[in-house]
Amino acid sequence: MPTLTRIYVPADSAALALGADDVATAIAAEAKRLGAAVEIVRNGSRGMHWLEPLVEVQTASGRIGYGPVTAADVPGLIKTGLLEGGAHPLCLGDPAQHPFLARQTRWTFVRCGIIDPVSWDDYTAHGGGQGLARARAQGAQATLEAITASGLRGRGGAGFPAGIKWRTVHDAPGDTKYVVCNADEGDSGTFADRMVMEGDPFALLEGMVICGLAVGARKGFIYIRSEYPRAIAVLEHALVVARANGLFEDCAIELRIGAGSYVCGEETALLESLEGKRGQVRAKPPLPAHHGLFGKPTVVNNVLTLATVPEILVRGAEAYAALGTGRSRGTLPFQLAGNIKHGGLFEAPFGLTLGDIIDDIGGGTATGRPVRAVQVGGPLGAYFPRALFDTPLDYEAFAARDGLVGHGGVVVFDDSVDMARQARFAMEFCAAESCGKCTPCRVGSVRGMEVIDKILAGRDVDAHLALLDDLCNTLRLGSLCALGGFVPYPVLSAVRHFPQDFRRP
Amino acid sequence: MTWDTQRAAGIIETYKHLDGPALPVLRALQLEFGHVPDEAVAQVAEALNLSRAEVHGIVTFYHDFRRAPGGRTDLKICRAEACQAMGGDALADEARKRLGVDWHGTTQDGEVTLEPMFCLGLCSVAPAAQVGDRLVARADWPKIEEALRKCRR
Repeated sequence: MPTLTRIYVPADSAALALGADDVATAIAAEAKRLGAAVEIVRNGSRGMHWLEPLVEVQTASGRIGYGPVTAADVPGLIKTGLLEGGAHPLCLGDPAQHPFLARQTRWTFVRCGIIDPVSWDDYTAHGGGQGLARARAQGAQATLEAITASGLRGRGGAGFPAGIKWRTVHDAPGDTKYVVCNADEGDSGTFADRMVMEGDPFALLEGMVICGLAVGARKGFIYIRSEYPRAIAVLEHALVVARANGLFEDCAIELRIGAGSYVCGEETALLESLEGKRGQVRAKPPLPAHHGLFGKPTVVNNVLTLATVPEILVRGAEAYAALGTGRSRGTLPFQLAGNIKHGGLFEAPFGLTLGDIIDDIGGGTATGRPVRAVQVGGPLGAYFPRALFDTPLDYEAFAARDGLVGHGGVVVFDDSVDMARQARFAMEFCAAESCGKCTPCRVGSVRGMEVIDKILAGRDVDAHLALLDDLCNTLRLGSLCALGGFVPYPVLSAVRHFPQDFRRP
Repeated sequence: MTWDTQRAAGIIETYKHLDGPALPVLRALQLEFGHVPDEAVAQVAEALNLSRAEVHGIVTFYHDFRRAPGGRTDLKICRAEACQAMGGDALADEARKRLGVDWHGTTQDGEVTLEPMFCLGLCSVAPAAQVGDRLVARADWPKIEEALRKCRR
């Protein structure tokens, strides 16, 4: 019996949306026709999305990549020796040596794109499970200390220190506690959570169990958005495999699927939704750490936060804390999106500048036109002009310039963008997604659209710009959560940095 | 599929034991019947010991729940910023024109329902769309038409 040649064809959503299933089918058919013995593994994505579908073949001297591959390329590729890693115009060599990957510092994404996402053997062969073993051996106090010492902050956007949150839940009275993973990644320009869930789901599950052990929770929920069908399917599969391999002895994990509400990414709205109610925001305090799911002490953390935990325990809190800048420690998986030549995922220590990310790593726009504006941190993040490209990606540095790092999404626009329309869209989105509980957000967002429409129509522009500023202040200071509270960021940054778009002849 | 009280009761029974069962129950009903009609609201309320007003509140809060049946295939086009940066608005306009429907509308032959959506997480390969179960990256109208054709098969 000949040895099987292992071929990797990603089944990450981005690869699927570019025809990866057709490529996999074509490879299987062509191999069968030629009598070649191949094993096709559906891995996650390495994060170089402009090269997807990126097919890799395991050779005696390591993995060799080809991309972007279409189904029509397959017969030619195999003819020129794809199965042996032969030369071809689409050949990329060892993907790990590609400059885009070689420059990264991967912690959260250490296995993504490399392993079979639902193979427990592959996971453990690549270091999976060691973090939990460490947590079990060292006990809750040592784990809490390690997470605190690592400087890990909530990657969902708020940047709250994970160690403090975990400690609070650990110290809260009561026998029933919960771990909740916020996988409601609704921000445009972000897909890092999706990639982890599709490419290395066990890392997330392991991180949740470690959290459960550390805080004393025996039950965990993943709340994932319904817009991620592939991630849902992979997680469902991974849960079955993980259960069979005894991962949930200390803390059982259950998957829950959202129903298309953006505001359910806000932690208290998410808890309401998990309880089976309308996703309406709760007033804080009490904090979820004290009074969370079903009124019990609850850790609510983002996918990236939890998925990074095992690696921190394996490589050490000090090593993680040694990376980054200022109070932003460790790495952040940046997501390059929108009008960008080299779109995808880039994990690096905090501190790279916006210019580094967009011009150097991202290669500028996909359309080849000049970059005019960049929105960082999702629909509630500020628009920055090129003049601010020296801003380091770091929570505090962005805040100092009235921006948000948020979940690390970077959306690039070329010079055809109309910033007044983008400002109006921010208000429109807020109006559509407002949970309706607080008046500034529910009513203010609608009034915001109307005021911007008047500005666009050239009516009393100065007076209406002043009114818009005033309205944004009300939203910022008077809203219950970040939806209404942060929508002034995109609106006012557009007005401030691109004033000409609001004054038309 | 038309509403079937017995079938619905079976679905409700499957998820009733969960903590906070309302969303999983409603999602399963929507998957089975393609929508959540008024009868469902009453039946779910009764089964989960909630008021009809509460269940109505939940059903109307979430974008995913449909009160009336849609077409055979859903065409969802991302309306969010990353897709806007790559011509998503023009694609959406073209889709509305070609299909002759506005958002949430179903074509006259009952084949396609057009839905706006906010983010498929395909922001690096924008603009993005979803046709039935198929994801489409760097979407344009010919790609969407092809996906629609494949769904019909």
